[in-house]
Amino acid sequence: MTIPIEYYLILSGFMFLTGVVGVLTRRNAIVVFMSIELMLNSADLTFVAFSSYLGNSIGQVFVFFVMTVAAAEAAVGLAIIIAVFRNKKTVNIDEINILKW
Amino acid sequence: MNEFYYIIPFIILAAGILISLVIEMYFTSSEKILPWFSILTFLASGFSALFLVNNVKVVFENMLMSGGNVNFFIFIFNLGAALVTLLSIDYIKKYHTYYGEYYILLMSSVLGMSLMAGAKDLIVIFMGLEIMSVCFYALAGINRNKLKANEASLKYFLLGSFATGFLVYGMALVYGSMQNTSLEYLFLNFTKFNTNILFLAGLLFILFGLSFKIAAFPFHMWVPDVYQGSATTVSALMSTGGKAAAFSAIIVSFASVLTVVNTNVFAPYFGAIAVFSMLFGSIVAIAQTDIKRMMAYSSIAHAGYMTIGLASGNSYGVSGIIFYLAAYTFMNIGAFGIISIVEGKNDTNLTIKSYAGLANKKPILAGLLAIIMFSLAGLPPFAGFFGKYYIFIAAVKAKLTWLAIVGVISSAISVYFYIRIIVLMYFKESEEDFVIENSNTGLLSVIIAVLFVILLGIAPNSVINLISYFAK
Repeated sequence: MTIPIEYYLILSGFMFLTGVVGVLTRRNAIVVFMSIELMLNSADLTFVAFSSYLGNSIGQVFVFFVMTVAAAEAAVGLAIIIAVFRNKKTVNIDEINILKW
Repeated sequence: MNEFYYIIPFIILAAGILISLVIEMYFTSSEKILPWFSILTFLASGFSALFLVNNVKVVFENMLMSGGNVNFFIFIFNLGAALVTLLSIDYIKKYHTYYGEYYILLMSSVLGMSLMAGAKDLIVIFMGLEIMSVCFYALAGINRNKLKANEASLKYFLLGSFATGFLVYGMALVYGSMQNTSLEYLFLNFTKFNTNILFLAGLLFILFGLSFKIAAFPFHMWVPDVYQGSATTVSALMSTGGKAAAFSAIIVSFASVLTVVNTNVFAPYFGAIAVFSMLFGSIVAIAQTDIKRMMAYSSIAHAGYMTIGLASGNSYGVSGIIFYLAAYTFMNIGAFGIISIVEGKNDTNLTIKSYAGLANKKPILAGLLAIIMFSLAGLPPFAGFFGKYYIFIAAVKAKLTWLAIVGVISSAISVYFYIRIIVLMYFKESEEDFVIENSNTGLLSVIIAVLFVILLGIAPNSVINLISYFAK
């Protein structure tokens, strides 16, 4: 028995929402970054689900690009977080506030 | 003819990036070579784009478009980046922060922008946007020992990738509902899908992601902090190239939809963000004391004016936006260029008061800044006036006269904080005592930018005719 497409979409929608809520509520820069990765992964899941449901491979190709970009972003992002930590000894985004939000 | 012929501007830029990686690695004097090499690459890429402007063609299996306004955009990006590179030479010396990556990242970000302008598929828009953004995240924090720069790049990174999340999820929904990611397919079948809730939600999410990059109102939180914290030259590129690239992506992905289909589905959305960005940007800018923050709020207001063109959704609007972007690129690079020259070591002389009495100290700089401020305020006969004029005409033609009226009111408000700087420069005595270091390359870059501002103001017709010829 195949799993219907709705289940995948509900799961990925839920993942996306979890990511959005995580970005808005968590204060640790690394956790915020993890929530953002969750959002990208939910989009990946949507792509793969649609790709399998529609029977065309564009979605899967797109997922490869999204994964590559997510890896590049992780590299740059973690480097930035380390640079902040070196100078400030904290990654709590409430305490990183020399510039007004 | 071979398809590679049409993407020569991209190839030159990509080759330039690879060669400069090697130069950076093997030459100890790369600080002297790299800026000139990258300027050469930018000019070669930009002028080859201008040379190929008549060859309108979609290449590589409907992935990329070349020729026409795409090439015009590429020309603007490259010229802007060349001017920014000229500015950077002395700015980097002033701060003693030479990292070879700086110029390489600058070139890569321009490659990303060019891809966004030429995109014919959602994948290309996404890749272009990310190449540009990832480079900007790193560039914003290039001065890695400075806490302000760290903070700016962290904020830009977190909020920027948050927006990317929305963009990708939106693309997934659009793909699911129309079974394809080609923008050509989207235009042709737009009427078939425009009642599909999934499709419209996807497009709206994509718009959220791009609205973040153009710095429009509800998505503007990062703009003042990032522009203030990052190096002034980087802010110059982010505020002009980054914005122009995001607009070019909206134009390729949406404007053709808007001009093909009679009912502009997204007009309320664009109208709302236009009104709020213009008024918010102009009003909050009045209260600023830091000049880079003031320019950031002015950049939000300018995003609002350009969005009017999207709300009107006709070919006048599209060509108006392109003209406005060209004018805005030169105005803002000029303004940030002068800020970067006046700026002292360790973030001094960055308040608006530092400009008091500039006309006595540096009459040439003061004169150039006055021209740029008049142009930003939208006074004739400079480029900024005609940019606004074409946008408002487009709004009136689309029967959105109220939007044009709000635009005029907002630009009247914005005159206050632009003219305030001119008043300070010419009619006030200097309060702080500091010496402005001479920068020949910086001055050259500002003069070129101002020349373009004047040129676009004197002969706007020939440019707008060229743009609108390709917009149809």
